[in-house]
This record gives sequence, structure tokens and C-alpha cells, in this order.
Amino acid sequence: MTIDRNLLILFGGVIVALSLATVITALIRRSQTDSPVLENLSQRVNAWWAMVAVFGVSLALGRNGVFLFYAGLSFLALREFITLTPTPRGDHRTLAWIFFAILPVHFLFAWAPWYSMFLIFIPVYAFVLIPIRSALAGDTRNFLERTAKLQWGVLTCVYFLSYLPMMLYLPIEGYEGQNAKLLFFVVLVTQASDILQYIFGKLWGRTPIAPGVSPGKTREGLIYGGLAAAGVGTALWWATPFPPLPAAGMSLLLVLVGFLGGLVMSAVKRSLNAKDWGRGIPGHGGVLDRLDSLLFSAPVFFHVTGYYFATDMYATYAQPAWFELILQPWKLIW
Amino acid sequence: MIAALVAPLVRLLAGVHVQQDLAIPEQVRIYIANHSSHLDFVVIWAVLPPALRVRCRPVAAADYWSRGLVRKRLATDLFRAVLVPREDISRQNNPLDLMISALGNNQDLILFPEGTRSADGTVHPFRPGLFHLVRRFPAAEILPVNLENLSRILPKGEFLPVPILGRVTFGSPMTPLGKDETKAAFLERCRKGVEALGSPV
Repeated sequence: MTIDRNLLILFGGVIVALSLATVITALIRRSQTDSPVLENLSQRVNAWWAMVAVFGVSLALGRNGVFLFYAGLSFLALREFITLTPTPRGDHRTLAWIFFAILPVHFLFAWAPWYSMFLIFIPVYAFVLIPIRSALAGDTRNFLERTAKLQWGVLTCVYFLSYLPMMLYLPIEGYEGQNAKLLFFVVLVTQASDILQYIFGKLWGRTPIAPGVSPGKTREGLIYGGLAAAGVGTALWWATPFPPLPAAGMSLLLVLVGFLGGLVMSAVKRSLNAKDWGRGIPGHGGVLDRLDSLLFSAPVFFHVTGYYFATDMYATYAQPAWFELILQPWKLIW
Repeated sequence: MIAALVAPLVRLLAGVHVQQDLAIPEQVRIYIANHSSHLDFVVIWAVLPPALRVRCRPVAAADYWSRGLVRKRLATDLFRAVLVPREDISRQNNPLDLMISALGNNQDLILFPEGTRSADGTVHPFRPGLFHLVRRFPAAEILPVNLENLSRILPKGEFLPVPILGRVTFGSPMTPLGKDETKAAFLERCRKGVEALGSPV
């Protein structure tokens, strides 16, 4: 993966936008008396600088850097998820398997890449292993709930999240070697949608969509912020493999699925009696509070993009030869 | 040297931060905390600012921490634990004397007054040793500490820690032992002080 000029332009744009946000925040803070909301705003902007820096460094390091970065994020997200999910002692060994085996092995298959194993390793093998390990530990209290919670955590924080680095592998004709921009596009539009919905919601938000789940999410915020974010995405069509109109459609898809993903993760958070997933990112809450909308938008975007360009991931990234040797080691001799 | 490497590693594993704003007292201090995991004193030790870390010593059971070479080296060299006997207590073999002499040398103590690790997450009644210690060394400040989730990171009987986020909460110093305060009242007051720092269940 080489860094192309368009990618640098995208980065430049983000840095200009962040600089603007920093200046505006400073101006507001000078003209008004300090309040918790303003304090939080400037914390958020500062944290964005750090997040953009880390994201940028991971892209600059190429494929290995990107996969390492998302494996790390996955680890942090899962850690927050499990921390809020009450697990009894009977789940200790299962948790060790999840953190130290399932997560790294899944990212190895994703990185390799072996497409069909990337697709099924968690839904089949991990989901078979998790209840087996818990059953062997012998604690049957709330067994179904406990298993479901662990599986849901692995599904969202590991499987769904790993679709982001997989963007690098989509074999799109005429877009070879440029997939980093596709990843950038997904993250940028989804995060811009979150931010713009927040801003427009604070300015004109009136009608809450699901007050019991997330009082901050309003119809006005979604419509204005979402349209603005889709506008940003459409304006960036030149960085994507899509022509302008489909780029608009894909941006809307990211906005809508991202919004609903954020809503679902909020509902999960409420059901665990928490306001934030953690305290890892100052002003934002936990890592999961920042990633929630991407968890759902990434896999949907990945597959829809695959259909649009009729990509054949199975053929491009088939079972590696060494795996056959593991299953039939006698072939080494005969 | 090794401490400067181990402490950040422990903080990373347990998901806890250095408590920068922890006041450095003029008198010696006794940290009292709830006990649920072998990680407990390690984590308190790791989150203390370096200036406080060098002067604190955990109080640990001699019968457990003297067994095996690695464990003993860890306890005595790295954490400089005050190893106290739990059995055959006599005038010559008195855990209080060891603690008093540490306090007398201007060393803070990390104490788990429940005596043993709690398996159910509740803070069990405190053992009377704390009361006798405070009576013999009234100058020491008593600081309650609450530890959460550490028993999920490393439960009793497990050897592989799981990276769940723990939490350490330091309270403000306890009011000193009252003149007419009974042993039971004092111990219960201290226990409540530790318990109240935890998240509501």
C-alpha cells in the first residue's frame, strides 16, 4: 500500500477541520463563562487530535500497522464490554480463551487473509468454543444469558470491528492499491455523522427519537446532521471507487446504519446500567463510545460495496496451501 | 529499577491510573483496603505516586508469601512486604510488633483488615488487629481504599489474569480512634469507610 496524493488531501482536510474546531472552541471559551459543556467540548476536540494522529500513523505503517491497530482497538473495546458485563468466576477460563486465543487468531485469519475463515471463525468456531468452555467450568446459573453476553461482546467488538481493516482487501478493479482511502472514507463519514448529529442536535434538536435509550439523539439532529455528513461523503466521491451518485447512496447508508448501531449500543449500555462504556478517552467516555456507530456500519458497508463491484473475495483470498498440510500431514511424506 | 518497569505493566493490565492527586502526609499512613485477589496490594502499590510507593510496605501472610523462592523474592525484594505470621501467635511471634516497627521507621503500611480474600465481593467484618495497631500507634493516618473488579481479573485459585478494567478509589483519612470508641464500633466504622467508596451495587 503506497500513500497516494488523494489520501494526503483527505488527511489535510481533516486537519483543517480539526484546527477550525480548536480555534472556534477557544473563541467560545474566551467569550463565555466556563461551563461543564464547554469543558467537555474542548476535551473532546483535544481527544480528536490524538485519535486522528493514531489513525494516521496506523495507515502510514501500511497493512500490518492497520491490522495491529484494529486488533488493539478490538482488545480495548472488548475489555470495556466485558468489564461492564457481570461475569461470575465460572467464566474466568472462557474469558481467558476469548482475550488470548479467539481475538488474536481471528485477526490472524483476517490479516492473512483467508476470507472464508475470516467470515466463519467467530460465528462458528468461537461460538462453539465459548459455551463449551463455560459448561466445562460447571456453573449453570444464568448460563444462557452469560453465554449470550460473551458471544455478543465477541461479535460486536471483535468480528464487526475487524471489517474495518478488511476494507484494505476488497478487490475492486481500477482501485488496486488505493483501498486505504476506502477505510478512511468509512471512518470519516461515520464519525462526521456522529459529530454533526451531535452539533445539530444541540442547536435545533427538539424531538427525541428514543428518549429511553439515548435522550441526546433527536430527529432534527439525525436529519440535518445526517444529511450534512452524507454531503461530506458525496463531496469526497473522488477518493472512493464510486461515481458521485452511488457515493451519496453509500454515505447515506453509513449515516443510517451508523446511527442505528449507535442506538443499539446505547440500549446495550443502558441494560448494563452504565452511562459511558469506560473512561479511556477524555471527554468521550470509553473506546466503545467512539466506535459504537462504526461497529454496525463497517460490516454492512463492506458487503454492499462487495456486491456493487461484484468482488470475489473467496477466489481472491482462498484457503492457503499450508492449511491443507496441517489437515493432511501425511502428504508431506507421500 | 525493576519497580519502575513492573508498576506501569501492572497498571496496564489492571486498567488503572496513577493517583497523581494523592496527598503526601507528614505522618505515616496505613492504607486499609478490601481484599479479593492476590493482585490487591500489587495494584495499590502500582497506582501510588513514586514518592509514596517507595515508602509503603504491604502487610502479607508469611505462610503464603514465604513459600517458594520466586514468591519470597517478589514479596521481600520487590514489594518489601512485611510478612506476618497468621498462626502460632505468641508474645515472641507477634504480627503487631513487626508492623509497629515498620511504622516507626516512617514506612506506610498496606493492610487488608478482612484477613483473607473475600469470594463474594462484599467487604467482610474487619479483624481486631487494626484496632490494636491504631491504639499502639495513634499517630498514623488511616486512609480507606476501595478495590473493584480485581477479583475478576485474577480470582482466587486462578493463575492467568484476564484484562478486565479494575478500579482503585482512595478516600479521605478516617477520623482518629475516639477516646471512648469501642473496638467493634471502630472496626465497623473503618469497614464502612472502605465499603462506601465502592460503586453502589
